[in-house]
Amino acid sequence: MINIQSVSHSIQGQTILSDISLSLPKGKLSALIGPNGAGKSTLLSLIARLHALQHGVITVDGLDVSKTPSRTLARKLAILSQSNTLASRLTVRDLVSFGRFPHHNGRPGAEDKNKVDEAIAALGLGEIAHRFLDEISGGQRQKAFVAMAYAQDTDYLLLDEPLNNLDMKSARALMQTLHELSEQSGKTIVVVLHEINYAALYADWIVGLRDGKLIANGPTHDILTSETIETIFDFEAEIHQIGDQKLVMHYR
Amino acid sequence: MTKGWLIAIALLLTGIVASLFVGAIDLDMNSFSRSGEGLNLLVVSRIPRTLAVLLTGASLAVAGVIMQMIVANRFVEPMTAGAGSTAALGVLLISFLLPGASIFIKMACACVTSLLGTMVFLAMVRRLPPHQPLLVPLVGIAYGGVVSALVTFIAFQADLLQYLETWFLGEFSGILQGRYELLWLAGVLMLLAYVIADQFAILGLGQSVSVNLGLNYHQIVRLGLVIVSLISAVTVVTVGIIPFVGLVVPNIVSRWLGDNLRRTLPVTAMMGGGLVLLSDLVGRLVRHPFEIPAATIFGVLGALLFLWLLYFPPKSKGVACLRDKERAR
Ligand SMILES: Nc1ncnc2c1ncn2[C@@H]1O[C@H](COP(=O)(O)OP(=O)(O)O)[C@@H](O)[C@H]1O
Ligand SMILES: [Mg+2]
Repeated sequence: MINIQSVSHSIQGQTILSDISLSLPKGKLSALIGPNGAGKSTLLSLIARLHALQHGVITVDGLDVSKTPSRTLARKLAILSQSNTLASRLTVRDLVSFGRFPHHNGRPGAEDKNKVDEAIAALGLGEIAHRFLDEISGGQRQKAFVAMAYAQDTDYLLLDEPLNNLDMKSARALMQTLHELSEQSGKTIVVVLHEINYAALYADWIVGLRDGKLIANGPTHDILTSETIETIFDFEAEIHQIGDQKLVMHYR
Repeated sequence: MTKGWLIAIALLLTGIVASLFVGAIDLDMNSFSRSGEGLNLLVVSRIPRTLAVLLTGASLAVAGVIMQMIVANRFVEPMTAGAGSTAALGVLLISFLLPGASIFIKMACACVTSLLGTMVFLAMVRRLPPHQPLLVPLVGIAYGGVVSALVTFIAFQADLLQYLETWFLGEFSGILQGRYELLWLAGVLMLLAYVIADQFAILGLGQSVSVNLGLNYHQIVRLGLVIVSLISAVTVVTVGIIPFVGLVVPNIVSRWLGDNLRRTLPVTAMMGGGLVLLSDLVGRLVRHPFEIPAATIFGVLGALLFLWLLYFPPKSKGVACLRDKERAR
């Protein structure tokens, strides 16, 4: 379980997150939604101790992220950040292999190699594993970064807009992979999504932010109402029901 | 890969042999039979000189990559970004304040000022907008220039101008047994860098990725700064500033093999040593029996290599193609 208690954050006097308290269920896939600038990335990077926590407490599986040694957390939780620009030149395989660093500290063993192979296969990168990251497409690069987080093989996986630049088929495949990881391997996954219907179809839980405030927090089925969508995004969206599946008609 | 290695090692060995036998005094088989005077020349001068060249070139190239990983920018190197000139400032200050100081005290002083100088550079770079990568080398060049000007001014005031060249223009003609051994420290620092090569490679991926992978980001940055400034100080005190090694060599290796330092650092070190050795040899041969400083030759060689790199980048898929072929078999 990820437990967030009265977390507030401000940068240069500007409030980014105000008094957020919520729990994300263990072993489930949670979607974090909200307009641009709502504070989704900030919340995710606070959970992953990428920024120092200013107010409040965050625990992951009972470990206080501001007190637990970083090395320990790196074996418990992995994050894919939103912007990944690289000054160094690495092959896809090199990058994915770095995901194993918290486990082997520079001396990779057979198990590390297997995990890297598994991550490369899971993201469908086998054909381009030996190519340099600056010589492949943006979507392929995005998959390589996801594969690095996958290879880190942690119980908790935070992904900030992992579907960026992915084509329809790859996006669908990634959501299926994430769903399997939570369903079959019991991993706790938190994904920032912009296409709400991916949340509708794959997420067990939805958290909605707007202007740094917590607007919605609950099981997917309960959150997908036109009123809640409107308070989060500020427009009217029809909710359709196909079988027992809700879909949000937000395209026009 | 193995074939490339064999060629590289063969070239390097040829260079080493040439370096042992080229110089103002002829060294041939006759001189060995005559009263061991040839052997003496080898031990006192040629071997120390060759070792000094190799250690300097290799460690400057390694220091270059580490600095590039720390600032996550390909276009900086310690010698032009202030580490070299602040080291020279340290030696100058101590020569002025304590004229009879031993080489160790000079070294220690250069290390301290070089470390401070590199920290100042890093602090300046951290305040630059992240999406303007070319500002980093510009700031480095300006900063290095200001420190060099300061050094020149102090030297002028203290009537020490004649020493400036020995720090600013790196060359190996004065290297004798007993006057280069400090450079082994640079060799040790290189090994240390290799031991934690993975962590330096991860630094290059940025702070977020480093923290995510459990690295103690600030500690590794500090360690890198110490390695970079000590290598700079040691080389400036013993042979003087040799610019561009730390820029050209890591960039060639990166284009060609990438930045997985665990794999590439040995190549970087070898190429750094080899190219500085070539520069030193050329400098000894062009106006034989007079010498042109290795730094001057490397300036030309480095500029040519860099232009070649810009306009005719080596096929980066060299490794990739090779593997494709292997797979096809
Ligand atoms: N480094 C920063 N300096 C100043 N403001 C920032 C910084 N990073 C984010 N912000 C502000 O914080 C708010 C939330 O940002 P973010 O968490 O990235 O939003 P989201 O991921 O939901 O789009 C935005 O208003 C943004 O302008
Ligand atoms: Mg964001």
